[in-house]
Amino acid sequence: MKLGDEEQAMSAGAAGPARRWAIEHQIEVGRFFDAADMVPIDQVHIMADAESLGEAGVALLEKLAAHSLAERRVRVPTVTDPRGVDFKAYKRLKQTAEMVDLERRTIAAFSALGVLMTNTCINYQTVMPPVLGQHLAFGDTGSVIYASSVLGARSNFEGGPSALAAALTGRTPNYGYHLDRHRRGTRLFALTERPRDWSEWGALGGLIGRRMDSYWQVPVIAGVAGPPTSDELKHFGAALASHGSVPLFHMIGVTPEAPDLATVFDGPPPRAEPIGAGEIAAFTRSYAPPDDGLDVIVFAAPQLSLFEMQALADLLDGRRINPKVTLLAATSPEIKASCDRLGLTARIEQSGALVLEGVCFYQSYAREIGESNGWTRLMSNSAKLVNIIGGYGYRPVLASMERCVDSAVAGRIVR
Amino acid sequence: MTSFTLRGHAGIGPKVTGTALVAADNFSARYDLDRIKGIFVRPQHKLVGQSYVGRVLVLNVAKGGVATAWMLHEMAARAMAPLALLLNFANPIMAQGAALADLPFMDRFEGDVTELLRTGDGVTVDPAAGLLTVTRD
Repeated sequence: MKLGDEEQAMSAGAAGPARRWAIEHQIEVGRFFDAADMVPIDQVHIMADAESLGEAGVALLEKLAAHSLAERRVRVPTVTDPRGVDFKAYKRLKQTAEMVDLERRTIAAFSALGVLMTNTCINYQTVMPPVLGQHLAFGDTGSVIYASSVLGARSNFEGGPSALAAALTGRTPNYGYHLDRHRRGTRLFALTERPRDWSEWGALGGLIGRRMDSYWQVPVIAGVAGPPTSDELKHFGAALASHGSVPLFHMIGVTPEAPDLATVFDGPPPRAEPIGAGEIAAFTRSYAPPDDGLDVIVFAAPQLSLFEMQALADLLDGRRINPKVTLLAATSPEIKASCDRLGLTARIEQSGALVLEGVCFYQSYAREIGESNGWTRLMSNSAKLVNIIGGYGYRPVLASMERCVDSAVAGRIVR
Repeated sequence: MTSFTLRGHAGIGPKVTGTALVAADNFSARYDLDRIKGIFVRPQHKLVGQSYVGRVLVLNVAKGGVATAWMLHEMAARAMAPLALLLNFANPIMAQGAALADLPFMDRFEGDVTELLRTGDGVTVDPAAGLLTVTRD
């Protein structure tokens, strides 16, 4: 791996121990993927929930944060993914004092490093949308796939440690999706019927994701007549990245690197695999419950946009959540402040629902809060959440936002 | 007893010897594991109910999100990690997590590693050399 003068100096410790740790980590990962060199980056997004970090991860952050300001400050704008504890809601969710303590230590350490605690996975909608061709180090798979696919920026999946390393060095190993040759299409899907709502856009992403063999496959979707909305692409991409663990898709005539099939494939395109209403319905049915029992309804993963919050408020107006169940909606601090100002939070919470800020359900000690609150049957319109949450002891059900709200009011799953 | 070697891409972490736990399935620490108990819990996973702690864990590809990059480090700190991880194809998250945790990790073998290895095989993993040495009763 070719290292420039500054990279060699960091490796030799000339910029202090934090940057030496960072560049050495990046060299190890870069060599694993045969990176030729490093590439400068403009922005970093760090996955930072304390459940994933654990005591060991928080201790590592605190060690880095103990160095002098000049040695520890991040070199490019750096923002964070959702955290695990909303300090205003943790008691109601029955999270523990230990969880709160670990969260506070995490925030203090990241803040000392100069990290901006945005606590959001929709930073591409709410903080600073990336630009075509920009190199980034983004965490959260949904954030990566949106920035890469819809906006044409370039990032691999950067887990917390590597995103932090990139923030400290201002660069990342130049492999994978930073390179033109990995951004070419490898599979082709032909959409025969347009999804009707956010849940179905997520289901479409999920079922294409289930057909992906590895990180290195790039699905191309043809037949999308007219651009989907940002929220539709958000649900599609987040579910595709979650089910398929792939960081890039192209949508012909919609995304910037895919004006037509000839541009996105090397040589003749592969045979198109048709996907329509039947496949989407079958995907949703794969989460169909055996009975109508219901414990918790969750809108999250990704956090809700302002428009999704408005849609939820419209559906809940004048209605009451059945006291047998809990309805949670998670959004970013920026959107929460807007919802407070615009009266949307009050409209949602008047129903008995709870709006969570700066967190996401599956990153909030989902197993522990499930056990504490007696939640197993979970209903959501997020095809990403229903994929993740089975591993946390839940039995998830996928449905539209409308049907989720109807079920929350009824206190049982409405079919 | 038979013995043979398998080549892969040069990997990450120190050389170790242990016993293989193999499945033709994929891997994500967040999606698949109860990390406190050290067992697979995702109901659809082929290793559901089995402990991975201290084993040379052999699976197909990396799946899921970015959390595994922190989680391998957290698991190793509690001595509740696999001894080593071998995949047909890594994604960046597994490599980043292995680098942070100093967990022996390799991929890109000369064939399908989930078919070439069997549960119970003795495996010496030498990431620097990109080499597995396998002994089988």
